[in-house]
Amino acid sequence: MFAARTIKWVAAAALALTASSAMAFEPSGKVECIAPSDPGGGWDFTCRSVGNVLEELELVPASVQTINMAGAGGGVAYAHTVSKRKGDDQLLVAASTATTTRLAQNQFPGMNADMVNWIGAVGADYGVIAVSKDSPYHDLNELMDAMKKDPRAVKFAGGSANGGWDHLKVLIAAKAAGVENLPRIPYLSYNNGGEAMTQVIGGHVDAFTGDITETQGFLKSGDLRVLAVLSDERLPGDLSNIPTAKEQGIDAVGPNWRGFYMPADIDDDAKKYWVDAVDKLYASDQWKKVMKSNGLMPFHPDSSEFEAFVKQQIQDIQALSKEIGLIQ
Amino acid sequence: METLHYLSLGFGVALQPENLMFALMGCFIGTLIGALPGLGPANGVAILIPLAFTLGLKPETALIMLTAVYAGAMYGGRISSILLNIPGDEPAMMTCLDGYPMARKGKAAEALAISAIASFMGSLIATIGLILLAPLLARFALTFGPAEYFALFVLAFATLGGITGKNPMKTLMAAAIGLIIATVGIDLSTGTQRYTFNVLELYEGVDFIIAIVGLFAVSELLFFIEEKAGAGREMIKVNPLKLKWREILSIFPTTIRGGVIGFIAGVLPGAGASLGSFITYTLEKKIVGKDGYFGEGDPRGVAAPEAGNNGASSGALVPMLTLGVPGSGTTAVLLAMLVSLNITPGPLMFTQNAELVWGVIAALLVGNFMLLLLNIPLVGVFVKILSVPPMYLLPIVTMVAFVGIYSISHSTFDLYFMIAFGVGGYILRKLEIPLVPVILGLLLGPEMEKNLRHAMQISDGDWSILWSSGLSIGLWLVAIIGLLLPVIVGPILRRRMQAAKSKVG
Repeated sequence: MFAARTIKWVAAAALALTASSAMAFEPSGKVECIAPSDPGGGWDFTCRSVGNVLEELELVPASVQTINMAGAGGGVAYAHTVSKRKGDDQLLVAASTATTTRLAQNQFPGMNADMVNWIGAVGADYGVIAVSKDSPYHDLNELMDAMKKDPRAVKFAGGSANGGWDHLKVLIAAKAAGVENLPRIPYLSYNNGGEAMTQVIGGHVDAFTGDITETQGFLKSGDLRVLAVLSDERLPGDLSNIPTAKEQGIDAVGPNWRGFYMPADIDDDAKKYWVDAVDKLYASDQWKKVMKSNGLMPFHPDSSEFEAFVKQQIQDIQALSKEIGLIQ
Repeated sequence: METLHYLSLGFGVALQPENLMFALMGCFIGTLIGALPGLGPANGVAILIPLAFTLGLKPETALIMLTAVYAGAMYGGRISSILLNIPGDEPAMMTCLDGYPMARKGKAAEALAISAIASFMGSLIATIGLILLAPLLARFALTFGPAEYFALFVLAFATLGGITGKNPMKTLMAAAIGLIIATVGIDLSTGTQRYTFNVLELYEGVDFIIAIVGLFAVSELLFFIEEKAGAGREMIKVNPLKLKWREILSIFPTTIRGGVIGFIAGVLPGAGASLGSFITYTLEKKIVGKDGYFGEGDPRGVAAPEAGNNGASSGALVPMLTLGVPGSGTTAVLLAMLVSLNITPGPLMFTQNAELVWGVIAALLVGNFMLLLLNIPLVGVFVKILSVPPMYLLPIVTMVAFVGIYSISHSTFDLYFMIAFGVGGYILRKLEIPLVPVILGLLLGPEMEKNLRHAMQISDGDWSILWSSGLSIGLWLVAIIGLLLPVIVGPILRRRMQAAKSKVG
């Protein structure tokens, strides 16, 4: 009786959707989204906000349940997905550049990017290099010129560990600018971007490396001067007056993307369903609103290119990490 | 004048019936969460964030409820410290030292009442401080660079001997154990893993809460099992309250000192409530000197850390509200909540979100009165929950602690780890090695190391950076005095006392 009703309901739902997906995979019941962090972080936000919009758009039958699985900077969730959830086509896991960085630096021992299915990105937060308002540096080239003379001339503070994404952004920019002896560039690691920024504003450290959303408070108050944003084009809205590194002649881009991966061994139909779902979500007005209110910038590689993008990013980070001697 | 205007605006927000109701609810839940060992303010707030979202609360209402939970947890932490000798949360650790002995002497009700009043005073002083000094202090916090932070942590360690001072070697050993445990995990300054043996769960180091719950709650359970098998153990009963005005007045100076120092400790990002209660306790012990009977149930030993940790909890809101920098674990959680409510934390919050910020400040004042009123008459209710015989209570508490730990990380590994800490804590207590320095080493070790290495990087290896500013020199001097005073003055005092005695005799 119950089964019959369920089948009828699924059939009705399938009919109601587009014809192309009539025969294909449909999620049924509860969908899970693992946020590999404690409540409150970026991954948690990704799961919860995407979950809400997926529900609003009726791309999922019931609710999306966010599960927090903190540990090893996402490593615990990655290991869980690889070893225990193979073939589970109702599970999304939030990921970002932090995930690719750790994969590139072999910080998830015995695991690599091929062990999961990369689904898609829903936006990005772009890297910035900033100084305090009293700093002698007024554009990125002045800063980089000082570093070319002496790589220890400018000290950077950021919220990630040494070798983490905030550190890598400095190296990406310095490399593009032609600074030599990258391992000599001093990088000071703080618990979070806010702590790092107060040290820069307090005059204890020369420059800040982080993401644009972190800087907005101090940017508006005028305490912080952003020398460059590491994006392809200028950012929309109020942020459009910040120059990119590219237009200053330094070809450095550093998107901290937010997106998802899924377990290995899922049907192609199921994978296609979720890739399409992320596409539809990204195109929706609801998601645009979420992006706007949370400072998330446009970033959405074509679904066919996302996996290649992820692997390219991992390769780039690997090469850079080798160069600074972080990995062999 | 402007401040008064904003404050009245804030009261307008805080006194709305809906906000009042959620503040009351937050106070009650917070006190309960604080009282249950293992669940501290940070997890309490973290657990209730989903509730704020599901109820679809307005930003100011959500923040008012959560700050009420925060303040409530600071009040509640003392209840199990006093009655069970298990700190309800980390900042309540110091309250055990005199609260539990008081309770064993049959003065549990007095200890609870004194600590409630001290909590109220600490919180009141710090909230007034927050109102008056917030814009100013935000700038002061900026003057703390790595060298100043390093000196501050050295000061904390230098005064460590004062807490459990019977055997300095054992205190030192305990602090060293804490420092050793603190090295586990990723080394932020080089990005390499230390002592993690490819175990993913160890990559982010040892979680503070797990260590605390294991060392205190689980080892307490083990002790209980052992004693039950032997002679058995007396149960703490809550006596009818007999507190005289004179006694309340006698702790007045203590609470004022505690509140002020706690507030300062709270304002400094990264220092937090634990440090606040710790410094106030040691300082109070120093000030009172030989007149006191600290460690044996001195009411001032209960009042000082409670005023200190409640002062610090309000103080920690200063860097959060003015700079967007969390001053403690709990404010970090609150900050995350603000960001998800689409409020950009930072120096402009005071002007751009004036209604929210001042609403929360006014709610802190209102909530503080609520908590005092809740905590004096309702202490019976909270005590009822904890005064179930230990043979039922301890397993329940342990279970709650297990569930609490599990609910944070959803990892069974953490539970095994907690049990390991419990066994370790049991052994240390058998060897009469104090547990508090272990926790402090674990808490302050990574920050101290990080700041030293940052200072070295900034100065390119020149050690003189550590004493190159007036502020750091001042901190070093206090640290040296704190370290040497007991060594130099102790014997002199003892000699004088003996001399005085022999004269009398």
